[in-house]
Amino acid sequence: MPRPGFVLEVDERTPPLLVHEGESFRMQRFPVGTRVVYPPDSLPGIRDVPTAVRHALLNPVDMEPLTALLTPGMKLTIAVDDISIPLPPMVLPDIRQRILEQVIELAASKGVDDLEIIVATALHRRMTSAEIRRMVGERVFRSFWPKDLYNFDAEDPDALTHVGKTDEGEDVEISKRAAESDLVVYVNVNLVAMDGGHKSVAIGLASYKSLRHHHNVHTMLHSRSYMDPRPGKSAIADSATRMGRMLRDAGVKIFQIETTMNADTFPENLGFLNKREWEWSAFDQGLMMASKKANDMAPPRIRREFFRRIEAPYKLTGVNAGEVEAVHERTLTNLHRQQLVEVGGQSDVVIFGLPYIGPYNVNSIMNPILVHCLGLGYLFNMYRNKPLVKKGGVVIMYHPVPWEFHQIHHPSYIDFFEEVLRETTDPKTIETKFEERYAKDPWYTHLYRTSHAYHGVHPFYMWYWGAHGRDHAGDVILVGGEPKSVARLGYRTAGSLRDAIEMATDTVGPSPTMTYFHAPPIMIADVR
Amino acid sequence: MSIRALEFYRSPARYVGARTIGARAPGLVAGPLAPLRLATLKDLSPPREGWTRVKPRLSGICGSDLATIGGRSSFYFSPLVSLPFVPGHEVVGELLDDCGDLTAGTRVVISSVLGCAARGEDPMCPNCEAGRTGRCDRVTVGHLQAGLQTGFCKDTYGGWGRQMLAHRSQLFVVPDGMADDVAVLVEPFACAIHAAHRAQIAPGSSVLIVGAGTVGILTLIAVRSFTQAGHVVIAAKHRAQRAAARMAGANEVVNPEHAAKAVRRISSAIKLTPERGQDFLLGGADVSIECVGSRAGLDLALRTVKAGGRVVLSGIPAGGADLTPLWFRELELVGAYTAGVEETPAGPRHAFELAIETASSLGPVLGQMVGATYPLDRWRDAIDHAMSAGRLGTFKVAFAPQG
Repeated sequence: MPRPGFVLEVDERTPPLLVHEGESFRMQRFPVGTRVVYPPDSLPGIRDVPTAVRHALLNPVDMEPLTALLTPGMKLTIAVDDISIPLPPMVLPDIRQRILEQVIELAASKGVDDLEIIVATALHRRMTSAEIRRMVGERVFRSFWPKDLYNFDAEDPDALTHVGKTDEGEDVEISKRAAESDLVVYVNVNLVAMDGGHKSVAIGLASYKSLRHHHNVHTMLHSRSYMDPRPGKSAIADSATRMGRMLRDAGVKIFQIETTMNADTFPENLGFLNKREWEWSAFDQGLMMASKKANDMAPPRIRREFFRRIEAPYKLTGVNAGEVEAVHERTLTNLHRQQLVEVGGQSDVVIFGLPYIGPYNVNSIMNPILVHCLGLGYLFNMYRNKPLVKKGGVVIMYHPVPWEFHQIHHPSYIDFFEEVLRETTDPKTIETKFEERYAKDPWYTHLYRTSHAYHGVHPFYMWYWGAHGRDHAGDVILVGGEPKSVARLGYRTAGSLRDAIEMATDTVGPSPTMTYFHAPPIMIADVR
Repeated sequence: MSIRALEFYRSPARYVGARTIGARAPGLVAGPLAPLRLATLKDLSPPREGWTRVKPRLSGICGSDLATIGGRSSFYFSPLVSLPFVPGHEVVGELLDDCGDLTAGTRVVISSVLGCAARGEDPMCPNCEAGRTGRCDRVTVGHLQAGLQTGFCKDTYGGWGRQMLAHRSQLFVVPDGMADDVAVLVEPFACAIHAAHRAQIAPGSSVLIVGAGTVGILTLIAVRSFTQAGHVVIAAKHRAQRAAARMAGANEVVNPEHAAKAVRRISSAIKLTPERGQDFLLGGADVSIECVGSRAGLDLALRTVKAGGRVVLSGIPAGGADLTPLWFRELELVGAYTAGVEETPAGPRHAFELAIETASSLGPVLGQMVGATYPLDRWRDAIDHAMSAGRLGTFKVAFAPQG
């Protein structure tokens, strides 16, 4: 039986603990009394994945079996999550490939000819053919790419349809192909609680016109947290639910498939990253020291390449199919089984080690805006009930925050950083003054549609994503961050944890209580 | 009594040397390759009615002077100058003789063009008649030897000497409260005001200024003072230039390599990258003003202006720029040379008058732009400093000829 997550209180015997900091990590000794939140041990994976997938397809929740929904001459659309999840990319075969192959096989056996597969990128960058090939597998890729397997294009007016409005006046504009299909099968990889549910179609296949209703500052500030999709907890989840139900009522039939993974985030050669420090064997310790040394000595390019090649040996812990809400409920149960950790109360300071990867820099560069998003958007929001840090407390994060951008993937990020953040870091002002111009900038649109660039509005969403954390925290300090880029984000830099704690006392007073959130692997703090 | 002055003379060997290796070794241009000498010249006397001797107090070193010394000027100018000459056309000095309504001892700045009035041409050419002396068609004829300006004419000498000649039509009185280091900038500021007028910037228009040396900063001040430009982006290479540009009212100060991106951002243009050469925009700024006088600067200006937009050449143009955008985007390419009478909402005014008025209120800002003054016998140091001014954080280097 895998052990649950737990909270360690640092004492004199506690060894230095591993902290991620971008494309590196460090061993950090924490002050006595610091609480350290560890994720639960990895759950055992399902041994026979093909059978589990087949079982899910043929025994769906609150819906007829997929075989009964497939009929000759029908129009079938399969949508799949893009490579922003899971993180890191999983060891092949990707779970999406395994599901797609079975769904396509069933469709073929039922005489379905009109089948298209859409990578549900929403406003993410178009995946490259190599990325899609890796994700869907050689067989599917060869059979469908590029005519019947393609990236969603949220800026192609001919490929969108305005289905209607929710009762709160939110526009629902999604892929025309999906909206006009007799059946949409959506294949999810549910890495965190926010993934899946009505978010899949209503967000993954939606346009800016639709997304702007929930990807905005107001919604973000009223989502406590994004990782808690219970009604009334997350405004973004509530909005997605309204849109999803509106689609259902408009006749868009969705067969939802959701999958959950265990916590095997790092491969064997970096196995120590999955373990608790005091349980490291001599081999693990040697491996850690060798990796650290080699990493520190390697030129930045080699280092980046090393990290880029990491593949997670995730194992499937659950696959469910059927009606969207019913499936998602099961998914959340599964996810919480793996990720939930009970934590007793908040602290004055919370500490995050930011890893090298987030959803928006797969095969790319983690630029300063993505650092903000990963820290204050994702890690900060990995809670239920209340944040790990008290209101007005201090968030300390580790990351070098280089002033560096991927020129192809993040062109509007560069301008956002240089133009918008130079003027203001206030999310509301940014939204009012700049969002529309960036969202409708023809050059960004051109690059989004024809190159591999994130949509012009995407950096805004990343900024909004951290709005709740920013609003909640009294101060944000980056340990080891490049002063110039950290200052542009509106945060402060510290050379060491000791300095950061010293600086934090300005805000929270002397002898603050502290919590180190020891992730990844991913977990959710259930703060009581 | 004789006159100490720096004299530019004909030296084919030095010209070739400066032109071929001057760019790579600018120190040599201020050293053995300089076609300059500190000479003792014969005394001057006012040649006729309307002329006066001027004792320069400060005389700036201009980009056009450096281009001439460095062998980078076009041969187009060769019939427009008379050798040897004493350079220096950015001059604040005092009169040594009574001149018309002005008495000896009056402090003046000099509008450098040697147009019809100075040359005794009667009737004047149509341009001089209209006050556009920069466009004078008679700069090679009349009482004087050829010379488009003071500082390029053998007869008048120039500001890099202890005495020079000036015609009453060239003189503008410096107000008492104006310091010499502000007054010496009146001539380049008047040129900048002229450039701002030539740019015909409509209210709210976006403007890119390429270069933030003396010309660029003064042009920025002129654009802000005499037009209702909207968003102004300036491309500045050096740190001191960036700081000055911010003070002078630029909305955005960027490195030259980021200028296309900044213009693209404000204009929502499409940015394209050719197989070779700089990026260019489809769309872009309404007006671009080139203030560097380099091929790269002109290329940038041409590539970042919207179709039908205007490119103003304020710096002396360098050859070799790719004119394809001029043709393809149907741009207007406009020259802005020296200063003359400008049309203002209050009627025609000479750019020198406007410059003096505006400079009076900007005194503290402009005063900081003269970073160093040198006596004539340290001319090699002065030239060397001026050639590296941007890198050294200096805007204007000037001679103090009486020192």
